[in-house]
Amino acid sequence: MAFVAPKETYAGKVFEVAIGTDKPVVFGGENVLPFHSFEGNVPSRPVIAFEIQDTAPDDWPETVKKAHAGVSGDPVTWAKHCQDALGAKAIALRLVGTHPDRENRSPEEAAKTVRDVLAAVTVPLIILGSNNVEKDSAVLVAVAEAAKDRNCIIGKAQEANYKTIAAAAMANSHKLIAMSELDINLSKQLNILITQMGFDKEKLITDPMCSALGYGLEYTYSVMERIRLAALTQNDATMQQPMLGDVGMYVWKVKETQAPEADLPQWGSLAERGIAWETATAGSLILAGAELLIMRHPEAVKAVEKFIDELL
Amino acid sequence: MALTGVEIFKLLPKTNCKKCGHPTCLAFAMKLAQRQASLDSCPDVSEEAKRVLGEASAPPVRPITLGAGDKAVKMGEETVLFRHEKKFVNPCVLAVEVKDTLSDDEIGRIVEGVLSSEIDRVGQKLRVDALFLSNASGDAGKFESAVKAVAAKAPAVPLILSTSNAAAAEAALKAVADRKPLLYGADESNADAMAALAKNYKVSLGVVGKGLDALSSLTEKIKGLGVEDMVIDSGARTAKEIIENNTFIRRAAIKKNFKALGYPVITLAQRDDAMLEMLVASLGVAKYSSLIVMSSVEKWKDLALFTLRQNIYTDPQVPMQVEQKIYTIGETSAESPLMITSNFSLTYFILSGEVENSKVPTRLAVLDCEGLSVLTAWAAGKFTASKIAAFIQESGIGDELKNKELIIPGYVAILSGSIEEKLPGWKITVGPREANGVPAFLKSR
Repeated sequence: MAFVAPKETYAGKVFEVAIGTDKPVVFGGENVLPFHSFEGNVPSRPVIAFEIQDTAPDDWPETVKKAHAGVSGDPVTWAKHCQDALGAKAIALRLVGTHPDRENRSPEEAAKTVRDVLAAVTVPLIILGSNNVEKDSAVLVAVAEAAKDRNCIIGKAQEANYKTIAAAAMANSHKLIAMSELDINLSKQLNILITQMGFDKEKLITDPMCSALGYGLEYTYSVMERIRLAALTQNDATMQQPMLGDVGMYVWKVKETQAPEADLPQWGSLAERGIAWETATAGSLILAGAELLIMRHPEAVKAVEKFIDELL
Repeated sequence: MALTGVEIFKLLPKTNCKKCGHPTCLAFAMKLAQRQASLDSCPDVSEEAKRVLGEASAPPVRPITLGAGDKAVKMGEETVLFRHEKKFVNPCVLAVEVKDTLSDDEIGRIVEGVLSSEIDRVGQKLRVDALFLSNASGDAGKFESAVKAVAAKAPAVPLILSTSNAAAAEAALKAVADRKPLLYGADESNADAMAALAKNYKVSLGVVGKGLDALSSLTEKIKGLGVEDMVIDSGARTAKEIIENNTFIRRAAIKKNFKALGYPVITLAQRDDAMLEMLVASLGVAKYSSLIVMSSVEKWKDLALFTLRQNIYTDPQVPMQVEQKIYTIGETSAESPLMITSNFSLTYFILSGEVENSKVPTRLAVLDCEGLSVLTAWAAGKFTASKIAAFIQESGIGDELKNKELIIPGYVAILSGSIEEKLPGWKITVGPREANGVPAFLKSR
């Protein structure tokens, strides 16, 4: 029996998204499952953005805090360090300091931080709120305005606050992250709601919600695979947005990235274990379909970039 | 591909004799299609029908057992391409390479690492399953003594004997054939000799072909020589080659019922860079390898891969559950708060993560709700005031607390009155609706 390679071709393709102005970065655009270049086009590689925040990362575990020591006290210095010393292709600025339970910074303060960071770097910027739905509506509107025409990604719009945030992203020519909670139908519904406002479907990025290795990763993994299959096999334009894996935030709070080896000798070296946790989570999600990753540890980013080199 | 009931019916005697215990041949055919009956129950079935049905009912990826005894592991039997369709069946085997060029000390260290690799995670025992002994020296005598040394040090661990030298293979097999090792392997140059060894010593055979076409011809040839239990290697070594070949192999087996590639896949993932090796092994875990060979044992790497394998091979239709009990997070005292939630693993993981973030030592009572989340369990009558009250009372936790106070999820605030009635002397406090509100809630108390 002669072997005939069972290739598959699909009706649909993932939208291609370009972000930034001076040094734009492109992701998405493939018409096959992740890294299936043997049966179709994979024009771009997944993009990894370095995560920074508007307050010093005192709440990050030691392993990853140490990796940004000396620069992370100030978002501008931190952003420049990521771009110049770490070779970041994009930067994700999370405005955690605006959260009412944290420093409760005003939208105006957040807008100033964004302007300062934008003035300091040329790589594309992803601007994230503090994941407080009410506060994010105000903060993200102000920062979208402050970053007008810089072709950033603004996020995250959720079911409870998408209207104001999508309108602000649209008015200031940004891309938008639409986040829902681990359910393909919720994800599709939110994309439909946002595009019904007149938001361009090709400027959306889907965040089906990340989870860390060992803490529900299989849910994110399968929701991503299902979204990608719907995009390709059903040519469903509400599912053809590139997907985000917001990896660092979910990984660097689980026990495996913090428990000392002295307490759990079976788990091995804490430093490597933390990096491995972020690396393996990110590595699995790009296999499931994520085109954009937000990560924290430079060594984890380096490992995933090497993996992508080998996959392409 | 499995036959339908009607296709099976056409092969049956169509006498409706009822000897099989079913009212008609059609009813029996339907049961056969659903694999709820065995063809043996039909006394009049033809040899032709037996042959056709036997072939069609064979699993698309042949089951292969590696090793003997308690630690033996099963590979193959997979039925789908994506884990959301149906559970991936046999979790891939993780093996570590031991080269016969290593010193006794180095061999001892690797074997010791494998023997002590077992950890317990969410009730499952996870470990490095096998040792991959490679004849890196090319010398039959060296291989034989390394195999004997490893076999003595690790008396129960399944073994893979990696050599293309038939003399070395035979020497090793003489020592350890009763442990049902995998002989890896046969290639175009030695297929006859290796197949003869696999047959004589009754072991499975690893088959290496350069590319899928050559590999298919080779497995057919070896099958013709009387060896049916094979594990296949397409020569894919880079991540790009692995995803391509493994995808084609799985599709060919499952969607085309292409028997020549219907065997478990072995992937050699060894890299000098341990982090990259972990990623290449992860690719094998997610994308269809049944046996993955690594170059080193590192506890952090093992933990990540065990966890990933567990995640990927979880049944998507059965929610993961954690055991019903009262968990303590941090150094709790009599003053520490007590919260209650459901035993859906995702709920537990997310909530315990947020509690850990809060740095407030807390007791977390996890009630068995058959793996449903809080709101779903409440709606299904599994997270009720009576069940909560019974659990809290039976646990005796009240005796350990200074103030008898129970914090319930915000979504079931409606239960607070009825729990208070059923738990006299307790104060019921309504906590946040979502786990992400927990740190602020705990800190503000």
